[in-house]
Amino acid sequence: MKTRTYRNPVGVSRYTGLLLISPFIIGALLLIIYPFVSSFITGLTDGSSFVGFENYRHILSDENIRSSAAVTLKYAAILVPLKLIVSLAVALLLNMELKGIGIFCTVFYIPSILGANLAVIIMWQYLFTSEGLVNQLLEAVGLSPVSWYGDTDAALFIIVLLRLWEFGSTMIIFLAALRDIPRELYEAARVDGCGRTRAFFSITLPQIRNVIFINLVLQTIAAMQEFNAPYMITGGGPLGSTRTIGMYIYEEMFTYGDEGTANALSWLLFMVIALIVLIMYRTTGRLRREDR
Amino acid sequence: MKKLLLYLLLTAAAVVMLYPLLWLLGASFKTNEEIFTSAWFMPERLDLSVYGKAWKTVTPYTMGHYFLNTFMIIVPKTAFTVLSSVLVAYGFARFDFPLKKLFYGLLICGMFMPAIVTIMPMYSLWSKLGLLDTYIPLTLPALFAGEGMFVFILIQFFKGIPKEFDEAARIDGCGTLKTLFFVLVPCIKPAVISIAVFTFLWTMNDFLGPLIMIQSVEKYPLSLALRLSVDSTGQGYEQRSVIAMSVIGLIPSVAVFAIAQKKFVSGITAGGLTG
Repeated sequence: MKTRTYRNPVGVSRYTGLLLISPFIIGALLLIIYPFVSSFITGLTDGSSFVGFENYRHILSDENIRSSAAVTLKYAAILVPLKLIVSLAVALLLNMELKGIGIFCTVFYIPSILGANLAVIIMWQYLFTSEGLVNQLLEAVGLSPVSWYGDTDAALFIIVLLRLWEFGSTMIIFLAALRDIPRELYEAARVDGCGRTRAFFSITLPQIRNVIFINLVLQTIAAMQEFNAPYMITGGGPLGSTRTIGMYIYEEMFTYGDEGTANALSWLLFMVIALIVLIMYRTTGRLRREDR
Repeated sequence: MKKLLLYLLLTAAAVVMLYPLLWLLGASFKTNEEIFTSAWFMPERLDLSVYGKAWKTVTPYTMGHYFLNTFMIIVPKTAFTVLSSVLVAYGFARFDFPLKKLFYGLLICGMFMPAIVTIMPMYSLWSKLGLLDTYIPLTLPALFAGEGMFVFILIQFFKGIPKEFDEAARIDGCGTLKTLFFVLVPCIKPAVISIAVFTFLWTMNDFLGPLIMIQSVEKYPLSLALRLSVDSTGQGYEQRSVIAMSVIGLIPSVAVFAIAQKKFVSGITAGGLTG
């Protein structure tokens, strides 16, 4: 290996930087690498003795885990596109130069800050009871009330709506990206006779594609490990229709004390998430790299 | 005309976004019957005694006790997070060292590591060390710059400061750390404050961590105390006292957000930092 020169200010050793990031090195070992290896090893045991890939075989053949995986994927597939579209649409509105836009920005952002708080999750539960606010509003506009907690499709929607309500954080990333697009691009396009819609597809979208990708990945990861909302709001019911994999892992570990299965399952979840992110990265690769 | 329509649309959306929170506030004064029959957020009468009851809680401790517990987690965690993130970001942004690329890659990977994967092994580890049911599992990891996103954002901010600042400080006799704390950190104060605020808000919201690591009611932070109250009231009991507890529980987050709001929203739009 070639010896390389380190570009540091005069009098600074090449170990200074290493020393500064030493908390991170310890952290990476303790908080990333250790759990990763440890959960794989524990996943090969039944809590005490080695059983090989028995847990994985069990996971892949278990009817309940399969339906829980299906719930998680369905949830992510509904929530993530909805949230991205809503965030982008609102960000586009807020990006127009209007007076007092800051207030709207703050208002839309508040739910994403408070929404993860348990207090708000508890409130959300009340909103969807049989005679709760949402059903009252439905009746007020002449629709028939929905049995939110009794219906397998509706129950998942309670959680989707909660997370959709928290679109503010995604919106703000989009807004920051939109504000970075040079004005000249739009002016040049207008001179060339390019309409609004065309400008959106030919300028706006390509300019923010990296940010779209980051939001897509972050939201997918968050959705795939959803735990708090189904745990507090629906308890996984009715008929397991909201029992996400995150909840399943928790129950395996702390309700049934099956450490092996819980670890194997969480490791599998990591692999699935990594695979999804990789596929997203690959399939959008050409789109993202175009302008370099 | 078009502008007016846009304002109307935005206002309508804002009302929809905030109504659930208003309703929550109003519901804390309502009887069970009123909660489930009236969609309007204003209660028929204001009876503040419910808040006294809520403060006492149905558990053996008052909400004050749970607030104290929460702050015993939040204060060290926020301090640790800010300190470690600043040091590590400084190292990455300003120095060259062996294996830098590898560690930088690891930092990015860590950002995408799902919490649910790491929390089981961490539980087993803390359990082996006999540290479950203490605040150490919830606060100590913050010393190790565990939040990759924060480090990543600080690196961008550090890179925005001209290197001449460092050189000038060095000529004036500042060492590596002195340069950091007396010259660079003051330049990126908004970013540092944003990180502290985020850590505060996220820790207020944290539920899975305490749920797994803390077992005795005496040590419960607010989020667990709330869950306990929900569980022990059940259907048919006075819903409003649970709702009032929720409202009280939201006060610190709302206060911190309101104080930091101006810097915060502009800071995040500038730096791309978000929840």
